[in-house]
Amino acid sequence: MTTNQEIIKPENLVYRKPRLLNDTPMHYCPGCGHSVVHKLIAEVIDEMGMQEDAIGISPVGCAVFAYSYIDIDWIEAAHGRAPAIACAAKRLNPGKLVFTYQGDGDLAGIGAAEAIHSLNRGDNIVIIYVNNAIYGMTGGQMAPTTLMGMKTSTCPYGRQASLHGYPLKVTEMAAMMEGTCYVTRQAVSRVAYIRKAKQALRKAFEYSMQGKGSSIVEFVSTCSSGWKMSPEAANQWMEDNMFPYYKLGDLKDKQN
Amino acid sequence: MRGTIVVDTERCKGCNLCVVACPLKIIRLSQRQVNRKGYPFAEQLAPGMCTGCTSCAIVCPDGCISVYRTR
Repeated sequence: MTTNQEIIKPENLVYRKPRLLNDTPMHYCPGCGHSVVHKLIAEVIDEMGMQEDAIGISPVGCAVFAYSYIDIDWIEAAHGRAPAIACAAKRLNPGKLVFTYQGDGDLAGIGAAEAIHSLNRGDNIVIIYVNNAIYGMTGGQMAPTTLMGMKTSTCPYGRQASLHGYPLKVTEMAAMMEGTCYVTRQAVSRVAYIRKAKQALRKAFEYSMQGKGSSIVEFVSTCSSGWKMSPEAANQWMEDNMFPYYKLGDLKDKQN
Repeated sequence: MRGTIVVDTERCKGCNLCVVACPLKIIRLSQRQVNRKGYPFAEQLAPGMCTGCTSCAIVCPDGCISVYRTR
């Protein structure tokens, strides 16, 4: 019978915190999807050996401090303007892996114009879009992606079509554009989804380095604080309510 | 196949996602202890049962769990 002390040896290590994720404690709420997406980015960039060649553009929103957590080069953009900065960074450094990291308020709200035109131009960047249907950082206000009937602090009786319009599907819009090469929607609530999401992220990064066009990887995520649920209940609520509207899977994959 | 986990208890935020993800249900949150931030942290029950499947570590948002496995 082996004891735990006999198993805990460097040669038996099968999983640890990604090397590129540094020791700064992440400020995200317990169970936040952002942390898992950060972990995936760190893992994929490390596996591709791109640490020295990756430039991330961090947004305004919960992920504003992304530059503190992943040990690559970062630029902090004004609210919603990350794709514009990424476009410039990629055109000036065509050999670098350039990606933006944005939430739904940043990308689908204030930065919709930048994101759409960047995707349409085929800038060879990757847009990582974390959609939790709410403005998380500022206290849970209604976002363009808030589901019908969903209660937030600025629509306390639920979102109504007559008053607020309909939830915006940015990823579906991106799939219709000529400039995009890979458009996918993933989730990070279960082990199987996380494994798939990692493959999708890697594919998007590889396509961008091959110069195939822009990619958008949407992560349907939770906001346990904004939704006022436990992390576990938030994951379940997301699977029950968000997945029927924001369907997972590849929307577009331009192989050649 | 035998495995075990090592939890960085000071980094853990007690979100409970590893407890839900563990297929053998051998992780729980600490019952009487908290870390310096005041969160209960993940701990392994029944050390002999872990297979080192890495499910808990993959879902852990903060990367607190290291997994070791031996044959």
